[in-house]
Order: sequence, then structure tokens, then C-alpha cells
Amino acid sequence: MSAPAAARLTRIGTLYAVLAALGAMFSVPVVWMLSSSLHELAAVFAQPYRWLPVPLHWENYVRAVTILPVPRFLLNTVIITAPVMLATVVSSALVAYGFARFRFPGRDALFALCLVTMMLPGQVTMIPLYMLFSRLGWVDTYLPLIVPSLFGSPFYIFLLRQFFLTIPRDSEEAALIDGASRLRIWWSIMLPQARPAVATVLIFTFIGTWNDFFGPLLYLNSPEKATLTLGLNLMKTQVLGSGVVEWNVLMAASLLVLAPNVILFFLAQRHFIRGLSMGAGK
Amino acid sequence: MKAETRQGWLFVAPWVIGFVLLTAGPMIYSLYLSFTASTLLSPPQWIGLENYRRLAADPLFYRSLGNTAYYAVLGVPLGLLLALGLALLLNAPVRGIGFFRTLFFLPSVTNAVALSLLWLWLLNPEFGLLNSALRACGVAGPLWLQSEAWAKPALILMSLWTAGGQAVIFLAALQGVPRELIEAAAIDGAGVVRRFFAVTLPMISPALLFNLIMGLVGALQVFTQAFVMTGGVQPGSEGGPNQSTLFIVLYVYKKAFQEFEMGYASALAWALFVLIVGCTALAWRVSRDRVHYEGGAA
Repeated sequence: MSAPAAARLTRIGTLYAVLAALGAMFSVPVVWMLSSSLHELAAVFAQPYRWLPVPLHWENYVRAVTILPVPRFLLNTVIITAPVMLATVVSSALVAYGFARFRFPGRDALFALCLVTMMLPGQVTMIPLYMLFSRLGWVDTYLPLIVPSLFGSPFYIFLLRQFFLTIPRDSEEAALIDGASRLRIWWSIMLPQARPAVATVLIFTFIGTWNDFFGPLLYLNSPEKATLTLGLNLMKTQVLGSGVVEWNVLMAASLLVLAPNVILFFLAQRHFIRGLSMGAGK
Repeated sequence: MKAETRQGWLFVAPWVIGFVLLTAGPMIYSLYLSFTASTLLSPPQWIGLENYRRLAADPLFYRSLGNTAYYAVLGVPLGLLLALGLALLLNAPVRGIGFFRTLFFLPSVTNAVALSLLWLWLLNPEFGLLNSALRACGVAGPLWLQSEAWAKPALILMSLWTAGGQAVIFLAALQGVPRELIEAAAIDGAGVVRRFFAVTLPMISPALLFNLIMGLVGALQVFTQAFVMTGGVQPGSEGGPNQSTLFIVLYVYKKAFQEFEMGYASALAWALFVLIVGCTALAWRVSRDRVHYEGGAA
């Protein structure tokens, strides 16, 4: 073997070794979580720890969904997430089309303002919003979590606008000459062509709403109205408050809440990457 | 009015209405609230600068400020370094690299409460994996979240585990660096280190600035981990041993939604706002002449 080839092999070998070591460090917590979730309680506290749970204690997962009304939490989460996804994508795409295809006085200033609000920390608005929603009698309902999505979300407006700008105007202009309304063009020409961007928005909105903790924490008081994420925190409080902490059940419940995220991630990996790099490219 | 103007405004109307009702209006009202004594039930009473005077003398405010600064000053640079390191490794054109990219990115797409529970268990002083591993090496691990000195480092450690999200952004930037540039530098005799600092780093500086600002803004608003991991069973007990994880947002939350001091909490929120805007502006200014944008100014 020639010297450069040997040097190359050594380099690649080192790279794999470093990647494997780091990879192990990054994945070991999850492996441990999985292992804990399938152990009986005594084995969770055993020293030294036995990694392989034999036999598998699947009943931890049954307990995780029955200790609190988890199916109810799941339903609640879906009831919030589905309309938020729909409303966010429709409203953001309408606004994005307005910014991408119309010339009107004040448009650029307005778009700049929209970008600025993307950076605004939510803490300066959360107290008045809470007072407003409380005055409207919306506290302990899903409305404060759903209604704001009707007004578009700056990041998705930005993302969709950038995508609309890359779509050629030809078919739009032809449709205009044929007398199609702008709304019709938006629906039947722009949206179908922007499908990848729409998918990215839907996925990010799903992840954001499904995993939101602060919103449900503020607005949902009744335990039976909790979302999965809020319910997981309720479960923590209950389990930690009991004598021996059932870490196996807590880990099983956590894994169940994580699962949809992980599945979605594997199904739509490139959308995650696109959304993230769009954010950085601005 | 021209038809195009009217239609354009109609399309952007949802956002404009939302901006007025859900952003600008509430911001103005919260500024007003910060000059009042206000609970949820009683109407606000104007007290001028009293809340800000109280804030300037509030030891818990300074405590939360210090905790947040500690978390940001230590956590953000460490996170950036780790993310950049990961991205450089993951940029290597070798077989199976996609698997590693997924592996490192995965922790950052998940649920903050579930991750907090996982880390609560990992950091358990007696039975947690971390201290078990340390014990196996003959080191007595600290009490982590139950120790005033180790609670914040524990949360920083946890935040490093989610550095994959920033690494993806670095990776996208690295893939945009033209190979010719690096090869030209190599031909000119620049070594690996020189090539990195003279070519790669300037080329990815916009991504660095983006990650720095987003990391900073995120760190200044840290909440969920502290709320879930350092709170006991009783509501109101959040904040860790001797308030060592009382971060600003957690303090605002407690004042507003546990003690219903809406006026004082608004003043705290505005202090945080000024801090975030100030830090972002500072990061912009300092980096303005150092960030390289392909094709001229941004």
C-alpha cells in the first residue's frame, strides 16, 4: 500500500472512532431510558445496573397510560394540534402570498416588521394576553392555544414567501388573463406548487404544538383538559410525590410522548433540515 | 385605491390584525402595567416607577439575573463549540455519515418535558447513570440538581446534548463552502488549522452569527427544564436549592401566575426584554465587520 493511501485509511479510521465514541455518548441516555422503561422497579435501583431487562416488563407502559388518563390527554392534544396546523398554514400562506406577489405602499416596511416580531421574546406579551383571554372567559379552554394561529406566524410567513418568490409567474399571469380571482390563483396554482414548503410548515407546527408546554401550563387548569406534554408533568408531580419513585413508569410515559416526534422525524427528515437551514439563511 | 393595493392588504390582513391584537397592543399594555400595581382581579393602579425601584433592590431579581447570565455565558459558547465540532465531523464524505447525522440531531427534535424527566433520572445522585458511571471510575459524583453549585452546570450539560440542532445549521453552511477555495488554500501551503481559520470560518460566519444569536436568545429565556426539573411536588417550589436555578423567565412566571403580581411581573418582563434586545444588538454590532456575506453586504 502506498504511503498516502495508508495515511488516508488512518484518517478515516480515526474519524469513525471519534464519531462512534461521540455517538455512543449521545445515544446512551436514550438506551438507558428504554432499558429503565422495561425493568421492574427494583431492577431500576439495582447496583450495578443491569442493562438488559429480562424479562421485558411491558406492563410499565400499561401503567404509564392508566396512572393518569393518557388516552384523554392524547385526544386533547389532537384537538388542539389539528386546528392549529390547519389555521397556521392557511393564514401564513395567505399573508406570504400577499407579501410575495403584490406591490403596495408600505409592503416592505410591513414585511420588515413581520421579521422583527419573529425575534420578539414572548414574555412581554404573555401577561396582557393572559389577562385578555381571562377577561374573555377563555382560561381553561383550548381557545387561547388555537385562536392565535388564525393570524399567521412570522417564521412560516417568511418561509412560504421565500418559496413563492421562486415560483415562475407564467401560469399565474395566464390565469389572471382568464379572469381567475387572486384567491383562486393562491389556492389552485400557488399552494400546489409550494407543496414542499407547506409540508415543512405543517411538520414544524405539529412539532411546536404537540410539544408545547408553556401555553397549556398557563391556560389549562383542569387536569382532564391537559395535553400529553402537560400531562407528563402532572404525572411527574404525582409519581415524585409517592413513596418510591416509579422511574420505570415515568420513562415509559416519556418515551410514549417522544415517539410521534421520532417517527415523524424519520418520515420527513429533509423537511426538518430545510426548515432549520431556511431560518439560518435569512 | 388601486386594486392591487387593496388586494395586497387583504392578503396580509390576518397578520396585520394579529400583530395589532396579539403583539403591539399587549406590548403597550404590558409597558403600562409595569407602572401599576395590578393583580388579576383588581383594576391597575398607577404607581409610577415604583415597580422598577423595587426591582432595582430585589435580591431575587439579581439572583435570577446572575443565574441566567451564568447559564448563557457558559452554555452558549460551549454549545457553539460542540455544534461546530460535530458539524466538521459530520461534513466528512464517508460512508454511513447520514446515520451519525441523524443520531446527533435526534435529541433536539424532541419534547422538553420528556427530556427533562430523562435528565432528572440520569442526574439522580444515587441511581442515575451519570453518577453510576462516575462511581465506576472511582469518582464520587455531585448531587447535581440538589446542589447549589452543580444545579446550573447540570442544566448546561443537558443543553449540550441538544447541540445537534445548531450542528445541522453549521453543516448546511459548511456544505456551501466552495471546494476550490479550500483546495486553493491547500496549494498555497496552508495547513488544516490555517485553512479552517482563514477560509472555512469566514465562509460560515453568517451561520455562526445566527447560531450565536438564537442560542443567546434561547438561553436568556430558559424555562421548561428549570420548571420541571428543579421544582418539587409543591407548586411554587421551583427554583432549585437556594434559588440556584431561578432564571428570569421562571421568576416572571412565579410572580405573574403563582403570586398574580401582574404589575411587578410586567416590569420584570420588560427588564428581560431590554436584556435580550441589548444582547442581540451587541452580537450584531460586534460581528458586523467580521461576518462575511457571499455577494456583498447582507
